[in-house]
Amino acid sequence: MNDLRDLYQQLILDHNQNPRNFGTLETATHSAKGHNPLCGDHLDLYIEIEDDAIKDVRFVGTGCAISKSSASIMTTVIKGKTIAEAKELFEKFQHMATTGEIDSDALGKLAALADVHKFPARVKCAMLAWRTLTAGLEPGSETTTTE
Amino acid sequence: MTRELADITHLEPAWDLKAVRRDFPLLELQQDGRPLAYLDNAATTQKPRQVIDAISDYYRRDNANVHRAIYRLGARATEAYESARRTVASFIGAETDKGIIFTRGATEAINLVAYSWGRHNLKPGDEIVVTLMEHHSNLIPWQLLARDTGSTLRHIPLTPDFTLDLEAARKIIGQQTKLVALVHKSNVFGVENPVAEITNMARDAGALMLLDAAQSVPHMPVNVQQLDCDFLAFSGHKMLGPTGVGVLYGRPDLLDSMQPFQGGGEMIDRVTMESATWNDIPWKFEAGTPNIAQAVGLGAAMDYLTAVGMNNIHDYLGQLAGYTRERLQEMDFITLYGPPESSSGIVTFNVDGIHPHDLAQFLDQEAIAVRAGHHCAQPLMDCLGVAATTRASMYIYNTTAEIDRLIEALRKAHSFFN
Ligand SMILES: Cc1ncc(COP(=O)(O)O)c(C=O)c1O
Repeated sequence: MNDLRDLYQQLILDHNQNPRNFGTLETATHSAKGHNPLCGDHLDLYIEIEDDAIKDVRFVGTGCAISKSSASIMTTVIKGKTIAEAKELFEKFQHMATTGEIDSDALGKLAALADVHKFPARVKCAMLAWRTLTAGLEPGSETTTTE
Repeated sequence: MTRELADITHLEPAWDLKAVRRDFPLLELQQDGRPLAYLDNAATTQKPRQVIDAISDYYRRDNANVHRAIYRLGARATEAYESARRTVASFIGAETDKGIIFTRGATEAINLVAYSWGRHNLKPGDEIVVTLMEHHSNLIPWQLLARDTGSTLRHIPLTPDFTLDLEAARKIIGQQTKLVALVHKSNVFGVENPVAEITNMARDAGALMLLDAAQSVPHMPVNVQQLDCDFLAFSGHKMLGPTGVGVLYGRPDLLDSMQPFQGGGEMIDRVTMESATWNDIPWKFEAGTPNIAQAVGLGAAMDYLTAVGMNNIHDYLGQLAGYTRERLQEMDFITLYGPPESSSGIVTFNVDGIHPHDLAQFLDQEAIAVRAGHHCAQPLMDCLGVAATTRASMYIYNTTAEIDRLIEALRKAHSFFN
């Protein structure tokens, strides 16, 4: 039996109830919309890039505790990172979410989401913000889905 | 009997609930040491031994291709298949089994009408009318049809208490209307729509009437002659039958005048290299080898339901949904959706502060299966102002004890997430 406490760790419940960097961003240079057709969840991401680095990032949207906390934790982690670093984190996060293998030096508190790999239906929820981020970092980005 | 059932229900079903439960092998399944409370019956129901056996007996004793064989085994297979068609006809009160077309499900049945009738009868200026509470399967085929024929798709909105707005319907259905496609019973609200009123409007306008009966045929007595519809579509798997088989009922004279759906074997009369003439209805619409065993299984499911009694089922599911709504209303952190009057067998709700997906995940841990999401009715979710809801849907084997487990688990979920 997979324990629900592993999936819904305190950090996740906390970010779900008090999402960080929640709101729009006037100074955004990039934005992207993400959406999960399975559940109707959607997320708008606003990114301010300066000198190839993420100066600021915010999000709005509705979603389950996993997708919302994943978005919230992501914003706190990628702020200040270069675009290349953010893309590398995406790869590491995706690897963790699908296999449960954690590169803890790189991932830090993102490791709280490691147990989604035990709940295959929920991997998409954890990935939504990250997929939206990589789409937003591409030029000419539009809506992205989890499919 | 009531005393014997006291440990699982305080309602009084007209059938022996414990005996019925024993007919369903899957209900013996344990999840984490607990019996699974299966409350996702509007998505698909479990299957009784009688249906599983009918399918495996068919493969053990009667299997051959239908309609073409000279040998006796082939005749038995054909008889099994055609006898299932007669069972369906009598189950829905059709005047003849010529109006019963086996399809893959309700979705294919509706697409068949859009294709074989719609693409040959609609032109720019014509209108198709649906409602805001359609399942996507009774919406998208009409969107595609409107796009391909230049006709217009319109919809009947809802009143503030989520019933169909009949005033608006009277204005929308008019001389331009060629077809009204209406969900008989909503898969989100569980409420029966006022078919007679809408059918009268369609008749006055000279329009055809199609009913999406995917949720009504499993839940209540349905008689196509009393309903006076031209088409009626439903799926076998939502009424104890197997997946892969459903039904389109069509008025025989109308079916006769329609073009074929798919081309292939079985549906032809005479074929040359250049052209072909069509078989009689219903076979004209059944190209290729059909889902024979599945049709046999659906026949067995209908026999099972007839023995339980469709009126009894309707009463019991109404009481069970009523009890569920009552218990949900005890909790101030629950929002119920849909018209205030009691629904049958389907209850849709949300728990404050918990996304339906998180809730369904939590309930799974408690060995309770419910559905979370948009229930293939995104426009209706938009109208409710939510992205998703949680739905508990019951069938003939569910008990009030299972509902009590759901209520207990919802209280636990609320304190876990808040
Ligand atoms: C009201 C309604 N219509 C149509 C369908 C489609 O049925 P199927 O997927 O079996 O074709 C469903 C099933 O979810 C339904 O609830």
